[in-house]
Amino acid sequence: MSKKQGRQTIVFASPPLISSWASLVGPKEGEGPWGEDFDQVLHDYLYDEQTWEKAESKMLKEAVKQAISKRYYQPSEIELLISGDLLNQIVSANYAARELSIPFLGMYGACSTMAESMLTAAMAVDGGFFSCVVAAVSSHHYTAERQFRTPTEQGVQKSATSQWTATAAGAVLLEAVPGGNPRITSATIGQVIDMGQSDAANMGSAMAPAAVKTIKAHFDDLNRSPDYYDLIVTGDLGKVGMALAQELFIREGLLPQPNYSDCGVLLYNDRQDVNSGGSGCGSSAAMLCGPILKKMSEGRINRLLLVATGALMSPTTSFQGETIPSIAHAVALENI
Amino acid sequence: MDSLSERLKQAEIDEYNQLIKKIEPKPPVIKNCIWAFIVGGLICVFGQLIINFLMSNGWNQTDAGSGASVILIFLAALFTGLGLYDELGKYAGAGSIVPITGFANAIVASAMEFKREGYIFGVGARIFSVAGPTLVFGFTIAVFIGLLNILFTK
Amino acid sequence: MNSLLLAFLVGGAFCLIGQLIMDLTKPGITPGHILVGYISMGAILSGMGLYQPLVDFAGAGATVPLSGFGHLLTQGTITAVQQRGLLGALSGGVEAAAAGITAAIVFGYLAAVLFNPRS
Repeated sequence: MSKKQGRQTIVFASPPLISSWASLVGPKEGEGPWGEDFDQVLHDYLYDEQTWEKAESKMLKEAVKQAISKRYYQPSEIELLISGDLLNQIVSANYAARELSIPFLGMYGACSTMAESMLTAAMAVDGGFFSCVVAAVSSHHYTAERQFRTPTEQGVQKSATSQWTATAAGAVLLEAVPGGNPRITSATIGQVIDMGQSDAANMGSAMAPAAVKTIKAHFDDLNRSPDYYDLIVTGDLGKVGMALAQELFIREGLLPQPNYSDCGVLLYNDRQDVNSGGSGCGSSAAMLCGPILKKMSEGRINRLLLVATGALMSPTTSFQGETIPSIAHAVALENI
Repeated sequence: MDSLSERLKQAEIDEYNQLIKKIEPKPPVIKNCIWAFIVGGLICVFGQLIINFLMSNGWNQTDAGSGASVILIFLAALFTGLGLYDELGKYAGAGSIVPITGFANAIVASAMEFKREGYIFGVGARIFSVAGPTLVFGFTIAVFIGLLNILFTK
Repeated sequence: MNSLLLAFLVGGAFCLIGQLIMDLTKPGITPGHILVGYISMGAILSGMGLYQPLVDFAGAGATVPLSGFGHLLTQGTITAVQQRGLLGALSGGVEAAAAGITAAIVFGYLAAVLFNPRS
């Protein structure tokens, strides 16, 4: 029997349990409104390493280790690691996997990688292939900045639509065991959407249509009312993209209006000079593996739809005048 | 059929662009311009002070101009190294890009950024990643003007 | 004193124009574009004989903005062409701008050796 429902949505027959999770964030994220909800806040951006790239990889590795040690597992007991990040050739994930010695699948969905990894992990568990899988992602402000934008010490004025790549890593452990909450109940795989946006300093505008299309597909496929969830969070649309998404909800007829927010907006407070908000894989990963899953385990959120959004361009395609293709994947987490 | 779907897509994009225009915050142009004017102006005043000082010590105007450039470039390199120039740039915008200090900042920032990839293929190769195009265009145009000068003065 | 005021006003005006270009012509005008644009405009205006009067008028207000660097390249080239002909077209610009370019390379390299990007 197919577990697919509608065109894009999968419903898990035995929803995998999120048995533990862990998050590491950089100093700036630690100073934000959720500083106390993360497992570890770094004191600086190098994390006792020689380069920012090594620091990011170490953050990812530590997030995985902390998540599995909460269940008293050794890395050798984990059957599969599904992971990715923003850097070329997803090096942070590759090098973290080198240290961990867990069978590894690399993922790239830009900033949507957390949802992409989680839904793939959930399919692997619900499909009966594995019973103990980790999904993890990372991003680092300075590694992303130097790859996608300008050298960090160059005096550049940021526009109000620009976003701040979060320094953060998050990991979730999925298990096929009875009992316990929260669980991944369904997921919607997004299509690549391109609405002709080309400004790399305004990614929220490029990604908002992809997020709304995926959310719409999710509700259409499952015949659910948009107020089914206690909270819908997008990954990193920022203030600009979030305002656009809310407008698009109305235009797409998503009524009644869902209780909606965005991880990139939530992650920082207004005084932190991040312009439109946070971005990067770590934005959704940190919010999920910090405050959100904590609130779910406390029963303060019982139904959550995480819609991680990704902008899929590279500096090369941008220079060649290409527009920004975007994607969003939705993962439903429920206490059942 | 194909052109119809393309036109529909274009209409959808146009409509979305209008929505973005309505929602996205406008840059604080007046505030930015005041910052740019004052910071850029002050950097030029500082350059003029150096030129005046050098000329009062017997340097000719050309050498004083070069000397002032070198000193400004040195200071920009120092402040970039100390991590202060990019802080200034957040507020000053073009005020700290247009003066020659902005050129120096682009070179120094690129050089520092790639230090961890080594001194030859990191610093050495990437030092002109931002400022290189500037020299390419400057040199090419100057040579072209020189050739025109030969053609039209003979 | 007057030279300082003129330097401030003209230099400030150069930067103000750059700011307007960045803020009003979206998207994607980077500092790199501004630098290229200024050096090119400076070199061209200089070739048309329009930049030297501005330098005479405003001093550092016209030479410190990167357009002044373009002016320096062009004037160096023209002077060398008049003295040495064709070869001067290739050597004059770099000769005139040598101090600035070399300073930028050497100080840039030294800064990279001495400092790390702030973290």
